[in-house]
Amino acid sequence: MVKVAVIGAGVTGMSIVRELTRYQNIEVHVIEKQSDVGWGVSKANTALIHGGYDDDPERFPVRAKLCIRGNRLWHRWVKELQIPHIWNGALIVAKKDEDFKELEILLERGRKNGVPEMRIIEREELFAMEPHVVKDALGALWVPVVGQIGPIPAVIAIAENAVANGAKLHLDSEVLDIEHTEKDWIIKTPQESIRADYVINAAGLYADKIARMAGFENFSITPRKGEYWLFDDDVAPKPAHVLFPTPTKISKGVVVTTEISGHLMIGPNAQNLPAEEKENLANTREGLDEVWHKAQEIWPAMPPRSKVIRTFAGLRPEPPEGDFIIRHEDAGFINAAGIRSPGLTSAPAIAEEVANIIAGLGVELKIKNDWNPMRQEISHFFMMTPQMVNDMVAKSPAYGKIVCRCNKVSEGDVLEAIERMKFIGVKTPCVDSVKFRTKATTGTCQGSFCRPRIVKLLAEAYNLQPWQITLKGPGSEMGVGDIKVLLRGDAQ
Amino acid sequence: MNYDVVVIGGGPGGLAAALRAHELGLKVLLLDENEFLGGILPQCIHPGFGTVIFKKDYTGPEFASIFIHKIIEHKIPYKLNAHVLEIRNYSDMEKIVVYTSPEGVREVWTRTVIYAAGARERHQFEIGITGDRVSGVLTAGEAQTYMDLYGMLPGKNVLIVGSGDVGLIMARRFALEGATVKMVVEMMPYPGGLARNIMQCLNDFDIPLYLSHKVLEVRGRGRVERAKIVKIDENFKEIPGSEFWVDCDTVLISAGLVPKVKPLRNIGVRIDPRTGGPVVNEYFETSVPGVFAVGNSLVINDLVDHVVEQGELAAEGAAKFVKEGISSRRWIKISAGEGVRFVVPHYISGERDVFLNLRVQKPMDNVYVHLPEIGRKIKKLAVKPSEMLRIRLRQAQIKDVDEITVEVRK
Repeated sequence: MVKVAVIGAGVTGMSIVRELTRYQNIEVHVIEKQSDVGWGVSKANTALIHGGYDDDPERFPVRAKLCIRGNRLWHRWVKELQIPHIWNGALIVAKKDEDFKELEILLERGRKNGVPEMRIIEREELFAMEPHVVKDALGALWVPVVGQIGPIPAVIAIAENAVANGAKLHLDSEVLDIEHTEKDWIIKTPQESIRADYVINAAGLYADKIARMAGFENFSITPRKGEYWLFDDDVAPKPAHVLFPTPTKISKGVVVTTEISGHLMIGPNAQNLPAEEKENLANTREGLDEVWHKAQEIWPAMPPRSKVIRTFAGLRPEPPEGDFIIRHEDAGFINAAGIRSPGLTSAPAIAEEVANIIAGLGVELKIKNDWNPMRQEISHFFMMTPQMVNDMVAKSPAYGKIVCRCNKVSEGDVLEAIERMKFIGVKTPCVDSVKFRTKATTGTCQGSFCRPRIVKLLAEAYNLQPWQITLKGPGSEMGVGDIKVLLRGDAQ
Repeated sequence: MNYDVVVIGGGPGGLAAALRAHELGLKVLLLDENEFLGGILPQCIHPGFGTVIFKKDYTGPEFASIFIHKIIEHKIPYKLNAHVLEIRNYSDMEKIVVYTSPEGVREVWTRTVIYAAGARERHQFEIGITGDRVSGVLTAGEAQTYMDLYGMLPGKNVLIVGSGDVGLIMARRFALEGATVKMVVEMMPYPGGLARNIMQCLNDFDIPLYLSHKVLEVRGRGRVERAKIVKIDENFKEIPGSEFWVDCDTVLISAGLVPKVKPLRNIGVRIDPRTGGPVVNEYFETSVPGVFAVGNSLVINDLVDHVVEQGELAAEGAAKFVKEGISSRRWIKISAGEGVRFVVPHYISGERDVFLNLRVQKPMDNVYVHLPEIGRKIKKLAVKPSEMLRIRLRQAQIKDVDEITVEVRK
């Protein structure tokens, strides 16, 4: 058996893991510092499966190659893994005559990168497709291959499938150090030392730190923040396609879109942060204002700000030269680093690339006969007909009992989510783990009714007290103790 | 199954409506989405309930139990854990209510619906708080659930955003359990809650109230560590240089309630932007015939007693609807004029005495409530937005008018 350790359970790491579980002679371990999968860079982004037209093949050959390849692979993966998605296409909107020159460049670049079916459309067609786009729009570049997915549900789906096919997940396991012996690698975490023949560094923002631990000091990753607004699902109008402005030299611009759950979403801006601010996920008023104003430039019909249900921010892991760093360094240490946009899109293609690198190192990859590509999505009350609900209720009454009222999530859905958390090895019960699996707490009220109920269900399932349940891992506990803890004087 | 009235929501409004409807001989079904009846009352363990209708000072659970016992005594059918998925306006005469419960999805036919589903609390994003999204930021009601239903203390150093009644009650609640309540921060230059709560919940516990201040930002890793506050001027503009940080592990949002009206909106019920609830006549019937709304899903109330009254009146309206029909007429329109934020109900018949419920726009002393069309003027020594004003309109005083404007001014 060849033992491979993948550091980082984001979309990049987990896609690589899924790919590697296809082979009978490979044992795959995933090492992740967070309490669940997909909570780093994969968590907060625009959730797009890009078209692959904006990566210059001269300057960013790896991105240019993997983006459209990833896009094509996702079409298969979303079906095999039952990942929520929509293939609705993107429009890059031109407002000035000069913008068409830029659109021509994108069109040509897309053609070179192998993106099919792109074309420039005129004003009339644009307004037929998007009647509420800004009135002075002159036309657009239409990219039908663009889609949207739920990024964390995607990572969860991949993780469930990978674990079902034999991968082993080590959560709450921050890598403390990496040692290279004569014959293999030893990865130290607070709980254990994991031995591996090959190490794959998919550590997102911290890929530079992990590489340094292994003795490779040749790149640094800097965070670039993007902020977003998400609105209630009853606001109108909402675009039917993903809307981009014509890009500038610096940025693809602020996107206006209806995300897969039907919420109007706008963002991101792009703010470069110092290298040490890799945990700075704070929303800022300046950033949110910037996003608001830029979104208005292509979508003036914005809802009142009071219809916001959440603002959030994500960090992009920027590599020094802008292109993905996917290569074997030495002695079986492989980097999959600097996976910035279009990283989510490219992930399945990165996975193939890494498998090829391993094969190129002399490992004969033997296909597993019983590898199962399929994974079933968790039950969702909101997707069921009354008849389906009644069939489920016959098995367990919990499927008829609503926990999250805004999004119609049943207790049965939540219990199933908890079962699946345990299946992949989630040790620290987190409300966010339930949230990303069920959509509970993400509606109009943002969880003030259902969060306590989820805390209670988690406490029962993990045999803990409610105050030991966390929002998003150790350090985010929901309470300090029982109600009399301070009066007794024994709080920590 | 066919009912005369399906009551949606088993809080004080729904309980009172179900009881009254039963007394009037209607066939009632009460639906509630919680595991117990009483709505939000079971977690309101403080006193202050029933001072008007019982002349007693009950706690929330005590107040609720009076009604719940009567529901049980009269064997009024009710379903728990029953979440209404949809109200269908089948015709002017019949509605279909679709709900799910541990028994599965069911459809019931009914002549009328009394909607008493309550309100939700505003969250941190709606009120523009930026910064980190971490544990320890929660609404006052959520904190109350943890503390008084689950026996858990959410935090020990608490900052409270908003001086509405729930926020004030929770300030005292935390203080009583030994937590430090750093301050209550209020955007307006006056408190949002009842005067008695300012006295009993803040002053008695030496909790400072920062008026004309707002919370800008919450920071922390995993859990809240600190919050940034700024002073604002009379035009709600932030005063540069007045920002300061407060260390805390909990930020409690008590920034007001919003009536939950989505199922009503879906059947085309007209909504009053001033209240956030439906436009109603004196029976609390909405713009859709046979659909009534009461309690906090109609208008945010400050006393449970008024919610009970609304429930009972709606039940009488439902009985009238079922037995004789609500007659066609030109309704007298009630409009909010100068100094008035809203008035409920929006239409009255003029055929009987009614109470108008209204809130003023700002605190004022020595003012009059003017009803110019009928030439009435009622003196008030002090009015404030936190206290609902109730004006009794006697049938004899309501002259032959199309509209009655309600103004509060000198």
